Amino acid sequence: MDKIDSELLAQIAGLHDVPQGAYNIRKNGKSIGRASAQGIEIESKTDVSGINIRIADGVQNQSVHIPVIVTAEGLNDLVYNDFYIGKNCDVLIVAGCGIHNNSEATSGHDGIHTFYVGENSRVKYVEKHLGIGSATAEKILNPTTVLHLEKGAQVIMETVQLVGVSRSVRKTEADLADDASLDIRESILTDNDQFAATDFVVQLNGKSSRANVISRSVAKGTSKQIFNSVVDGNNACFGHIECDAIVMDKAQVASTPALRNTSVDANLTHEAAIGKIAGEQIVKLQTLGLTQEEAEQVIIKGFLK
Amino acid sequence: MLTLKNIKFIAQENGEKVILNDISFHFEAGKNYVITGANGCGKSTLAKIIMGILPANTGQIYLGNKEITGLNTTERARMGVGFAFQQPVRFKGLTARDLLEQASGGKITTAQACEYLSIVGLCAREYLDRELDNTLSGGELKRIEIASVLARGCPLNIFDEPEAGIDIWSFNNLVDIFKKSINKNCTNIIISHQEKLFASADEIILIADGKIAMHGTPAEVLPNIQGFGNCNKLRRKNG
Repeated sequence: MDKIDSELLAQIAGLHDVPQGAYNIRKNGKSIGRASAQGIEIESKTDVSGINIRIADGVQNQSVHIPVIVTAEGLNDLVYNDFYIGKNCDVLIVAGCGIHNNSEATSGHDGIHTFYVGENSRVKYVEKHLGIGSATAEKILNPTTVLHLEKGAQVIMETVQLVGVSRSVRKTEADLADDASLDIRESILTDNDQFAATDFVVQLNGKSSRANVISRSVAKGTSKQIFNSVVDGNNACFGHIECDAIVMDKAQVASTPALRNTSVDANLTHEAAIGKIAGEQIVKLQTLGLTQEEAEQVIIKGFLK
Repeated sequence: MLTLKNIKFIAQENGEKVILNDISFHFEAGKNYVITGANGCGKSTLAKIIMGILPANTGQIYLGNKEITGLNTTERARMGVGFAFQQPVRFKGLTARDLLEQASGGKITTAQACEYLSIVGLCAREYLDRELDNTLSGGELKRIEIASVLARGCPLNIFDEPEAGIDIWSFNNLVDIFKKSINKNCTNIIISHQEKLFASADEIILIADGKIAMHGTPAEVLPNIQGFGNCNKLRRKNG
């Protein structure tokens, strides 16, 4: 790995060395490092590009790192990763993709991740996206995440896209069985003429299932963002969508939270807000000695944290 | 410490209204001042003019020997003016710890941050990493606001109605905090209607009709303060 690879891996997966536990590092469409661990097996798919990650019942306090880096100019990488997580597990899965592109050719990565989360298992899934290199070089990321949660399963999904991605379209679908819970926390920052769209569809099928879809985004420059989220309450369940966006300069955000029920026992709520940084927030920080620019940075950093 | 000379402020609300008219006063170092007056008499306006949040139409402000009239809020803050808002601002994402770190210029330790929260009567373990959003009550937010001013350690602190939204038990504690924070290098200016704060003041300033109607020790001012409650006649320029 060279310096750029190291920088990308550090930023998207917090990796400064070979990670402990199971991992698969993919660079320019190929695995450049892989290790399984006790109870966690990683194997290549035979039909399409990608891997299967199989986590045995009862695996606790283990992590799986599967970062992707794209540094080849003009490469559009497509990968299918499937996660089979047994019963009563507690695991951290760190994915994400970093693209470096200095060329006029478009570089991209489409990661399609499908999770089968067994009964009473707890999964924290972290996915960070990053683009570096020339500001005018196209860096495109289109992640798709499909989550199937069995009875009592819990998933916390954190997605972060903060710098340098030209265009992204994120699709997330989830279905939850009885007592399952899903927390989605999305943070997006776009600038210049970047574009980001996210599309969440959550099916609360099980009794006492719960979902929180929380999106915080900042749009600067002439960038555009679209946020669509649908939560379907098909049983006695709780679902909440919260989407807050700060818009600056000439940026535009379209936010559409939608709630639907087929069960009268579904309890579904949403809140959405789009607006500039509140003037009184800036003034408060100015009374602490910050300039307006410093205040804006602190507010944005906190908002997206 | 702080000198106001001929401060005038005219609000543009359905015509021009004179809110403050020719306010001049010298605040000495090491004293606890309470500014009071009827609702709408211009107390908070004066506080915001001192902090640079609102511009006076005319007049000068001096901090020590340096004129700060033309300085903005950031510059005044960096010169050592602290300000606690009557209605604290909510921030999604920023925590009490973040605010205290910003207040202290990033120099605060976790132990010190906890101490400031404890001083204002909040359990540090519970509040340090709480977001300053709508999950906090007005009183909780107010106490964190006051903690942020204490964390700055400024020679001049302005508190705009610190009692608002705070329960009586916590408020008694705050009165002690204001007393203890005073030393020869520190001055507090407290906007208040609260009798306990009057009693703790070295000097009370009563604003009425856009002017300083009276000032002096609590013993001098309080017996004569009745009768000013409804006399805040806003003067309308041009009739």
